[in-house]
Amino acid sequence: MTVTAPADGSPAASLLEEGAGAGPDRAFRTVTLVAGTMVLVILLLIAVTMTVRAWPAFSEFGTSYFFGTEWVPSEGKYGILPLVWGTVLVSLIALVFAVPMSVGIALFVNELAPRRLRRPVVTVVDILAAVPSVVFGLWAFYNLLPGFQTVFNGIADAVAGIPVLNTLFGPSTGSSFMSAGLILALMITPIITSVTREVFATVPENDKSGALALGATRWEMVRGVVFPHSMGGVTGAVMLGLGRAMGETVAVALIIGARPEISLNLFGVGETMPAQIFRQLSEAGALLRSALIGLGVILLVLTVLVNVGARRAVVAVDRRVKGTA
Amino acid sequence: MSDTTERKMTEDQGPATVSLAPTGRGGADDAATERPVVFDVRDLDVYYGAHHAVRDVHMGIRRNEISAFIGPSGCGKTTVLRCFNRMNDLIEGARVEGDIEYHGVNLYDERVNPVEVRRRIGMVFQKPNPFPKSIYENVAYGPRIGGVKKKSELDDIVERSLQRAALWDEVKDRLKASALGMSGGQQQRLCIARAVAVDPEVILMDEPCSALDPIATGRIEDLMVEIKSEYTIVIVTHNMQQAARVSDATAFFSTEVNPDSDFRTGLLVEFDRTSTIFSNPTDQRTENYITGRFG
Repeated sequence: MTVTAPADGSPAASLLEEGAGAGPDRAFRTVTLVAGTMVLVILLLIAVTMTVRAWPAFSEFGTSYFFGTEWVPSEGKYGILPLVWGTVLVSLIALVFAVPMSVGIALFVNELAPRRLRRPVVTVVDILAAVPSVVFGLWAFYNLLPGFQTVFNGIADAVAGIPVLNTLFGPSTGSSFMSAGLILALMITPIITSVTREVFATVPENDKSGALALGATRWEMVRGVVFPHSMGGVTGAVMLGLGRAMGETVAVALIIGARPEISLNLFGVGETMPAQIFRQLSEAGALLRSALIGLGVILLVLTVLVNVGARRAVVAVDRRVKGTA
Repeated sequence: MSDTTERKMTEDQGPATVSLAPTGRGGADDAATERPVVFDVRDLDVYYGAHHAVRDVHMGIRRNEISAFIGPSGCGKTTVLRCFNRMNDLIEGARVEGDIEYHGVNLYDERVNPVEVRRRIGMVFQKPNPFPKSIYENVAYGPRIGGVKKKSELDDIVERSLQRAALWDEVKDRLKASALGMSGGQQQRLCIARAVAVDPEVILMDEPCSALDPIATGRIEDLMVEIKSEYTIVIVTHNMQQAARVSDATAFFSTEVNPDSDFRTGLLVEFDRTSTIFSNPTDQRTENYITGRFG
């Protein structure tokens, strides 16, 4: 089909011209495309280059690296499981404390607090997010650990005769998984709170009124409408917090105790992957350096896996709650 | 179960028939005036902060009738409606003065529990607002928070409520499907089913058809007429024909501008039998509005 050019002065003449907005629109498309691709490329580059540098350790130690239960570089023992254990444990402890607290603050600010109290609460939480992690670490190291030691040992004495509990809550020197987890909880609460608050704010007023008009109390309304509506978003918020907790280095290094150990005693000392990297890297020989970079790779893979897993769980739960389309 | 009995008991406490004297401004003319008054509204004033939103509302809403609120935008009809189930409590700064007696109990008495009020007095909103859950779960929501746990009992309530909302035949094979996949008219009927599932005495409807096409609107109107023998219905509508078609009593609200503050305040102009309002209104402003000469 051939297009005959319309005669000059025809109302259709401009249809075949490129409008004035075409150039900027093309530029806009290019910029967004590049930005979007960049994220993927950078992530890929990190993964590839890190793996290359970690390869000597991977090939040298093989399965004893990934599944070994002893990490004592000075004795040539490079099993990473104690470090993975420490990382996972302190992150879980952090989430256990931070998630209820964050959701509570977010609900208070969005649903309960009188308008004049909202701003101050939000500001305080946001300032908490701005405190550098090394400050948290130092503060906890000098001011909290002695107190933690007293409290932890008190609990340990109280549950000494009870099986399971006496394993989980054993004697303490202050530095411990629990101490690190608690400080991490404090550090990730602001980010989880602020994202959760945004998510809760997107629940339609209309839906909330619907529940209240049926005689729901505020809590029943929150449970029946706000939570189901926000599950995906809140999971995203928790993942952001978890990412921060798993990667936190300095604060954890100061208060966890620096002993790589697979111990069930939450009040006992341990070690995490980032803390170990931070401690060892400056004086490491070639092989240890490669092993430490390997820890970085594992950390990256772990966070990606957790993220993907959480997204899937949300989709599955969502489908069950909201009904099939 | 215990929940229902409890509700019955609270109902019995109030006198079954309150004063029959018409408290609305207009006179009353036929046998319908013998029906007991459910809401006796006296000297009602509503404020949003410093803004006087509605003033001097007097009316008696009668049982098993459809009472319609009509009037121009901003005249306070929705505001008054939301006083009947204390939904205005949720708006910060809202203040209600005067009496709304529900079977003799002032709804704004400080001892009154607003949550229980909303169980007795249901509401359907302007925009259909089913929860993002399955059809079944939408209807079961109210009974569940009311304490009904047994599956068989819930099944019964869901079926009965959907039938009452003339929706059962359309959805009985897909109760597990998401309510959000339904058409707007179906969603609104689902909201009616959800409201009747908690067995209220009154259903408040805030422009329930304004988001629907004429066919869906017709079905909702038929439904309202059908269920009024069991409920007392108060409906806010922008559609005068709708008020004329379905209601037994009509309240016409209007606005006046406060010369000092430039704020608009809503007021009740006239409340009477619908036939009177539309054929022989007492007030000139009512006549102007229903004949389309509203300025």
